[in-house]
Amino acid sequence: MINASLKQLAALLAGKKTSSQELTQSYLERIQAHNPALNAFVTLNAEISLAEARAADARIAAGSAAPLTGIPIAHKDIFCADGWRTTCGSKMLDNFIAPYDAHVVSQFKAAGMVSLGKTNMDEFAMGSSNETSYFGAVKNPWDANAVPGGSSGGSAAAVAARLAPAATGTDTGGSIRQPAALTGITGLKPTYGVVSRYGMIAFASSLDQAGPMAKSAEDCALLMNVMAGFDERDSTSLERPSEDYTRDLEQPLAGLKIGLPREYFAEGLSADVGAAVEAALAEYRKLGATTVDISLPNTRLSIPVYYVLAPAEASTNLSRFDGVRYGYRAPDYTDLTDMYQKTRAQGFGSEVKRRIMIGTYVLSHGYYDAYYLQAQKIRRLIAQDFDAAFQQCDVIMGPTTPDTAFNFGEKADDPVAMYLSDIYTIAVNLAGLPGMSVPCGFGANGRPVGLQIIGNYFAEAKMLGVAHQYQLATDWHTRMPNTI
Amino acid sequence: MSLTLQDVKRVAMLARIAVTDEEAAAYQQQLNGIFGLIEAMQAVDTAGVAPMSHAQDVCQRLRDDTVTETDQHEKFQAIAPQVEAGLYLVPRVIE
Amino acid sequence: MQWEIVIGLEVHTQLSTSSKIFSGASTAFGAAPNTQACAVDIALPGVLPVLNKGAVERAVQLGLAIGGHISRRSVFARKNYFYPDLPKGYQISQMELPVVEGGSLTIQVGETEKTVRITRAHLEEDAGKSLHEDFHGMTGIDLNRAGTPLLEIVSEPDMRGSAEAVAYAKTLHSLVVWLGICDGNMQEGSFRCDANVSVRRMGETELGKRCEIKNLNSFRFLEHAIDYEARRQIEIIEDGGVVRQETRLYDPDRNETRTMRSKEDAHDYRYFPDPDLLPLVISEEWIERTRAAMPELPEAMRSRFVTQYGLPVYDAGLLTASKALAAYYEALVAAVGGEAKTCANWVMGDLSAALNRNELDIADSPVSSRQLAALIQRITDGTLSGKLAKEVFEALWQGEGEVDVVIEARGLKQVSDSGAIEAIVDAILAANPNQVAEYRSGKDKMFGFFVGQAMKAMKGKANPQQLNDILKRKLG
Repeated sequence: MINASLKQLAALLAGKKTSSQELTQSYLERIQAHNPALNAFVTLNAEISLAEARAADARIAAGSAAPLTGIPIAHKDIFCADGWRTTCGSKMLDNFIAPYDAHVVSQFKAAGMVSLGKTNMDEFAMGSSNETSYFGAVKNPWDANAVPGGSSGGSAAAVAARLAPAATGTDTGGSIRQPAALTGITGLKPTYGVVSRYGMIAFASSLDQAGPMAKSAEDCALLMNVMAGFDERDSTSLERPSEDYTRDLEQPLAGLKIGLPREYFAEGLSADVGAAVEAALAEYRKLGATTVDISLPNTRLSIPVYYVLAPAEASTNLSRFDGVRYGYRAPDYTDLTDMYQKTRAQGFGSEVKRRIMIGTYVLSHGYYDAYYLQAQKIRRLIAQDFDAAFQQCDVIMGPTTPDTAFNFGEKADDPVAMYLSDIYTIAVNLAGLPGMSVPCGFGANGRPVGLQIIGNYFAEAKMLGVAHQYQLATDWHTRMPNTI
Repeated sequence: MSLTLQDVKRVAMLARIAVTDEEAAAYQQQLNGIFGLIEAMQAVDTAGVAPMSHAQDVCQRLRDDTVTETDQHEKFQAIAPQVEAGLYLVPRVIE
Repeated sequence: MQWEIVIGLEVHTQLSTSSKIFSGASTAFGAAPNTQACAVDIALPGVLPVLNKGAVERAVQLGLAIGGHISRRSVFARKNYFYPDLPKGYQISQMELPVVEGGSLTIQVGETEKTVRITRAHLEEDAGKSLHEDFHGMTGIDLNRAGTPLLEIVSEPDMRGSAEAVAYAKTLHSLVVWLGICDGNMQEGSFRCDANVSVRRMGETELGKRCEIKNLNSFRFLEHAIDYEARRQIEIIEDGGVVRQETRLYDPDRNETRTMRSKEDAHDYRYFPDPDLLPLVISEEWIERTRAAMPELPEAMRSRFVTQYGLPVYDAGLLTASKALAAYYEALVAAVGGEAKTCANWVMGDLSAALNRNELDIADSPVSSRQLAALIQRITDGTLSGKLAKEVFEALWQGEGEVDVVIEARGLKQVSDSGAIEAIVDAILAANPNQVAEYRSGKDKMFGFFVGQAMKAMKGKANPQQLNDILKRKLG
C-alpha cells in the first residue's frame, strides 16, 4: 500500500477495502518508526489527524467524497494550519500555534484530505540542504550522510521514504524541485499566482509559490486540482477559470519539441547527472519528441539577481517577527530596542540573519538603484530569455541540479557554494514560470537524479502530461530507498 | 565594493539584530563573499530595461469596502508573549 | 532683522471607509483594545493585504477636488522601520508613484486670497496606538487603528506664518468633510497635521533647514507649535547657531516642541515596491464616474450663490462654509419661496449666533429650515415685526412648537388694524398737547416720543409701518 498511487488509494477507500482511519493510522505508525532517523516531520498531532480521518470516512460513507477524500497529506511547516504548531523551521516560531488555516491547507481540508503532520524545512525556507532548520537537518532516505535538499526537505524525505502519500512544498528558488530531485520524487512548482500564498509564511513574496510533492506526475496533477485556483485574499492570485490538471496526462508525445538550454549542459554539470538526463532525453525521443538546442543566455546572472531580490523581500517580510504579538521573545532585555535586537538575534538562525542583512543592505539608502533596481531589470532580461526560448519549443528540459545530493556539512559553511547549486532552478522563479522535477536515474553514488521540465506560463497540465508519459515508460519514480 | 565592519553594524542595527564584534566580523567576511557573487550584475547593460516587480503583468484587484472580520483577539492573544487588558505589552516606548 | 517663516504641511486624513485599507476589519472608533485588529492587521505570519476600493475612490475624489492629476498607475511601497504599533515592521505607503500628483487649494487669510500648491496625496495605512499608562513600567499596544486608511496630503512650502498654515488646514479640513471622505473629527485623530517649519532672512530665496513637527491634532496646537518653533529657530540662528534638521513633537501642556527620540535613527526607511500588491490602475472611466458622483464643490457653490441668490460674496462664503449649512440655506430659500437675502441674514445672524452659543452643529439645530421659513413668511406677510420675530425664534429654539402656535400662544400677532391704531394715537395726542405743539413747531425729534408711547400702549404689537403713517398723518 505504501507504493500505491493516489488514484489507487482513492479506489481502495471508495471500494471500502480500507478506511481513512486505517490508512492514516498506518502512516502514523510508519512515521513513528522511521521519523527518529529521518527527522522529516517536526510536528505530529495524531488526535487531529485521526479526527479528520473519521470525518473523511463519514463523508465517504455518505457518498459525498471528493476524489482524494480520506488520503493523508503532509504539510510543509511553512503553511499555517489552525491549531497546529507552525514553526517555519525556526526557533522564532517554536511556540507558535497558528490561529488560522492557509488557503492551501483549507483547500485540502475541504477536499477531505487528512493532515498527517508538519514537515521539517530550512528555516524560513532559506536553504538548499535543510541544514538551517532549528529542529535539525532532515536525512536523505537514500543515504543518511546525504542532505535531502531544501528547503522542502522534510516533505521530500517524507514522500521518498513513503511516510506520506503526498506532501505540500513551496518553491522560491528551487525549494520543491531541488529536494524532489535529491530524494527521487516528483515535484511541481506552478506558475506564480496559480496557488494562493495566503497563510504561507512569506520568504520572497514575488517568487514564492506552493506546489505538490508526490511519487508521480499523475499524483501531482490530482493534488494540483485541489490546491490551485483563485483566492481573493491574495492580491497576486490570478483570476482564471479552474483547470483539470489531469487533462493532458494521456496525451502522446509525438511532435513534442523539447528545448535544451546550452547553459544547463555546460561546465559545472557533473558527468553522472548529465548522463542520467541524456538517457531521459533519449527516452523522450523514443516517445516521439524532438529536441532543439536553445539558449538562456542570462542563466548565470540568475544567482546574483536572486540573492539580491529574495533577501531584500525577505528582510522586510521577516520584520514582523519582533517578539511583540506572537513567537519568541528574548527573556532578558533592558529596553525596547534591546528587546528587538536580542529577540531577533536569538530567534533567527545564522542563514536567516545573513539574508536579512544582505536584504537590508541592498535596500538601504544609496544602494537601492545599484542592487535592487538593477536586479529587477536583469530579472526582466531573464524572463525575456524564456519568452524567446518558448518560440522554439514546447517545454524546456535539463538537470534540476548540477550534482546529486551532497553530504552534510559539505557546503554548510560556504554560503556561496551553497547558492551556486541553485543555478538551474532559480531563473524559473524569477520568470514566474512553472517547473517540475522528475526522477530520471541515479548518480555514481547511488543518489537520485532529477530531470527538470520547464513550461511556459500556465502549461502545468501539459508538463504533467509530458512527465506522466515518461513515467509510463520508465520506473525511476517507483524506486524507493532500501534503507526504509 | 566591500562592506566595512561599520556597514555591517549599521545594517544589523537597521534590521534590529544584536551582533557582537566577533559576529560582525564573521558577517563581514560572509557578506563580502556573497557580494562578490552579486557584483556580477554591475557589468550588465540594463539601459532601457523596465524593472520587473511581478511575474505577471496584471493590476491590483480591489476589495469592496465591507467589514468581513469579527473579533478574534482572545484567540490571537493566547499566543502572545505578554498581554494585559487586551493590550500587547512591550518595554516602555519613549517618543 | 526681519524673518520669514516658511511652512509646508503634511496632513493625514483618515478616510471614512467602513473597513480597513488592506483588511476587512472595522474602522469604527472607540472599540475595546485589539477587538478590531484582524489577522492581517496584527500581521500574523502568512497573511496578505488586499486593497479597499472605497479608499481609492476617496483619494480620487480629493484629487479631483484640488484639480490634481490622478495617476492612472500608482504603486504601493513598504516603508521599513521597527515600532511596536507597526505590526509588520513596515508601513504600506506610496513613495515614487502616488495616487494624486499636483493640485492646489485657495485659502482666505483676512482680506486676501492665496493659492497653496499641493505636491501630492498618497494612500497609506495608519499605525496602532501606544498607550503609555503604567503597565508595570511597560507600554500597551492597541492595534485597532492599525490599517485604517489614510490619505496623506502634502503641500508645497507655500505658507508664510501660522495664520496661513491654519487657514490652509481649515480649508482642507472643510473640503474633506464636504466631500465626505473624512469625518474631520480631530479629537479622534481623523485629521492630523505635521508641519515642516523653517525660517530665513527676508529676501533670501534658499530655504532654511526645516524641522518636522508631528501630530498636531488641533488648529490651535498647529498655530502655537509653528509660532514656538519659528521663535526657537530664529533664536538659534540669531545666537550664531545652526538649526538641526529633525523630527520634533509638540507638547501642548508646555507649549513647546522637543526632539522626538524614537525617530532619531529612523532615517533609512528602505522603501521598495510591496511585492504583495500589484500596481493600482485607475481607469479614465472610473475617474469620470467618480467626478459625476461628486458633490458640488464649495468654490463652485459660492459663485452660484452669488449669481443665483444675488448674495454678496461675503455672505456666499459664510453660507458655504460647510455643506450642511449650505444645504440648510438652500432648503430655507426654497421653503420661503424667495427672500434670499432675508434668509441669508437669518442664517448668518440669529441662527448662527444661537448655534455658536450652544456649541451646536447646523445638523443639530433645534430650529429646522421649514420652521425658520414659516417665521420669515410671517415677517413678510406683516404678521410679525422684526423684533417680535426674534422673540418667536427664541421660542422655536426652546421648542415651544410651530411658528403660528407660538404667535398665538404668546399673543404676539402684530396689530395691523388701522382703526385700533388710530384710536390709540388719538388718545396719546390728546394726552400730550405740549409735545404735539413742540413737534409742530419743528422739533422733529418728538416723533420718536409718540412712536414709543403708542408702542408701549400696544405692548409692541403695532405694525410699525402703519403706526408711522398714522402718526404722520395726524400730526401732519
